[in-house]
Amino acid sequence: MFHWLEKHPFFFAVGIFVTIAFAGLVEILPNFAQASRPVIGTTPYSTLELTGRHVYIKNSCNACHSQLVRPFKSETDRYGHYSLSGEYAYDRPFLWGSKRTGPDLMRVGNYRTTDWHENHMKNPASVVPGSIMPAYKWMFTNKADVETAYAEQLTVAQFFSVPYNKEVPMKDGSTKVVKMGASIAEANELALAEAKVIAANMKDQDVKDAVAKGEIPEIVALIAYMNSLK
Amino acid sequence: MENRPLEYDYTVAKMFMFTTVALGIVGMLIGVILAFQLAFPELNLVLGEGLAEYTNYSRLRPLHTDAVIFGFTLSGIWATWYYVGQRVLKVSMAESKFLMFIGKLHFALYLVGVVAVVASLFLGITTSKEYAEFEWPIDIAIVVVWVLFGVSIFGLIGIRREKSLYISVWYYIASFLGIAMLYLFNNMEIPTMLGANAAGESGFGNWWHSVSMYAGTNDALVEWWYGHNAVAFGFTVPIVAMIYYFLPKESGQAIYSYKLSLLSFWGLMFVYLWAGGHHLLYSTVPDWMQTMGSVFSVILILPSWGSAINMLLTMKGEWQQVAASPLIKFMVLGSTFYMFSTLEGPIQAIKSVNAIAHFTDWIVGHVHDGTLGWVGFMIMAALYHMAPRVFKREIYSKSLMVTQFWIQTLGVVLYFTSMWIAGITQGMMWRAHDEFGNLAYSFIDTVTVLHPYYTIRGVGGLLYLVGFLMFAYNIYKTMSARPVEESELQNASPMGA
Repeated sequence: MFHWLEKHPFFFAVGIFVTIAFAGLVEILPNFAQASRPVIGTTPYSTLELTGRHVYIKNSCNACHSQLVRPFKSETDRYGHYSLSGEYAYDRPFLWGSKRTGPDLMRVGNYRTTDWHENHMKNPASVVPGSIMPAYKWMFTNKADVETAYAEQLTVAQFFSVPYNKEVPMKDGSTKVVKMGASIAEANELALAEAKVIAANMKDQDVKDAVAKGEIPEIVALIAYMNSLK
Repeated sequence: MENRPLEYDYTVAKMFMFTTVALGIVGMLIGVILAFQLAFPELNLVLGEGLAEYTNYSRLRPLHTDAVIFGFTLSGIWATWYYVGQRVLKVSMAESKFLMFIGKLHFALYLVGVVAVVASLFLGITTSKEYAEFEWPIDIAIVVVWVLFGVSIFGLIGIRREKSLYISVWYYIASFLGIAMLYLFNNMEIPTMLGANAAGESGFGNWWHSVSMYAGTNDALVEWWYGHNAVAFGFTVPIVAMIYYFLPKESGQAIYSYKLSLLSFWGLMFVYLWAGGHHLLYSTVPDWMQTMGSVFSVILILPSWGSAINMLLTMKGEWQQVAASPLIKFMVLGSTFYMFSTLEGPIQAIKSVNAIAHFTDWIVGHVHDGTLGWVGFMIMAALYHMAPRVFKREIYSKSLMVTQFWIQTLGVVLYFTSMWIAGITQGMMWRAHDEFGNLAYSFIDTVTVLHPYYTIRGVGGLLYLVGFLMFAYNIYKTMSARPVEESELQNASPMGA
């Protein structure tokens, strides 16, 4: 049979394809049948949080920081509850990472503040002596791209039924609505309202001035995203 | 005319040899910079505060991985394909204007892709998925380039004189099909310019931005099914294709066992795809998939070692060649590193070992003993074998090759030993508890302790880069030397005698 296959490239190629495709069919398809359902308390990203998530991706933060707490005592002691599948229901793409050069950030919003992030991103070693993380000073001057985040919100709401402007159940039995702008102007307003809350807790005068003028520096969006990780 | 031997046409092979060397230097140089940035963080500002955004570790890191995978390795694969393909199928590229055109187009579009990738990664335009960082316009370009590669494979097969496909061709076909399937499914994404609001307005934001078709756990599952098997069909399968051709050619020995090559080929095809789950142990993907990933990773030793043993036994009775020929040295050490790496991988895929190894530098060490020791050595050996035949000139310096070999071997050894120690140290410190059950170390303790190992790793990487520059110099001097013969040489390299 093999000698015959080696003289018939078409059937040879088909043979290879079937052999390699088999594992994917068995392993991957069944999981899609029960696509990750959000756990209670998991909400879609707000406009500014999603903008910050893009800043996180743009700078490949995931190259050094994981977002996956494994079910070991040493990890739950350090980072909090181990990760649940449904907590990632709105993560496109997933940001689990594959290397922890720095600590996990899955629940960083539980134990770090806006003020901490501000100092840390300007000069990591000033907050964590011995840190090998580089400074990210350009985030304090670069303007965040709210419009692309808005486009992504529209896309996921339209194609994947992500529940924007809808009631989402929370852990305490209440419900929460994550708003998405009806127009780009409204999206900018929503993002700016969130940014003002963050900027109020920051010390950098240039950032405060920018937000007061209606601009959103990348750092503000990033901190909004960091604070949402719980 | 009738009795003249075939004159193979290496135009396209030469083009890809050039990018193999050039992108190899770029990728490895960035790698060395990254290594030293981890040891000495002030190097993040190597070009000053103003350019910090572009010289920063996190911006450069995807550039390193993609330059060595999609630059150095892919170019090497294609350089060898456009050389080996003609020879084992007994047909010349010069016989088909169409295939020659496809080959050149393949190279031209590939160059365009390389420029686009470098520019977009510097600007931070990335999907964040490892080894699939490119946004949809580049994805489409890559698919086109890949299809051209397929047209070239099957086109050349279509006009072949040798009816039976040699083992190397099996592996090239598998590489083409495997990557095609994986890349397409992993990069399913929706451009966000399609998203419309209630007023029917769309096209907001950056036109190149897209959002993954899969969310969370499913996205991770598809990504690592891709990520692991991109290694399979990029770093294993086509490299095995090379060694099945170049080792017998260079040593004058026939392949040890046809049956063993059958077993390892079909075994590899069946088993490899299952093993992707070992990247997701203790994550939120279903347990049975994690277990399958673990089990199949261990089974994977069989076909991997099958190929490697087949290669080493091909040298049976001819071991003096290892001492005499630097080229054989590269290939034999390459096979040895392949065995080493394919034993180390399954060990790391065992759940209890993975609990320590995952997220640490031990994984980085594992990747590099495979890529530096196996992929890098084999591609350089292939180019060394091809250079005299393609350029019709003797290799410039054999002693330079020997020096390069030992420098790079030392570099690889420093690299993986330091990363083993670093990884296991860090993994153990993360999980250490004191007598009261509290965590024994804060996270930063587990970072500062790594400084000496990061430094040693940087030195190891630097040695490898120095060796690679010697390789580039040797190839350059070879191609620019005075031509020796008009037609193909009998003993084309100093090692052949």
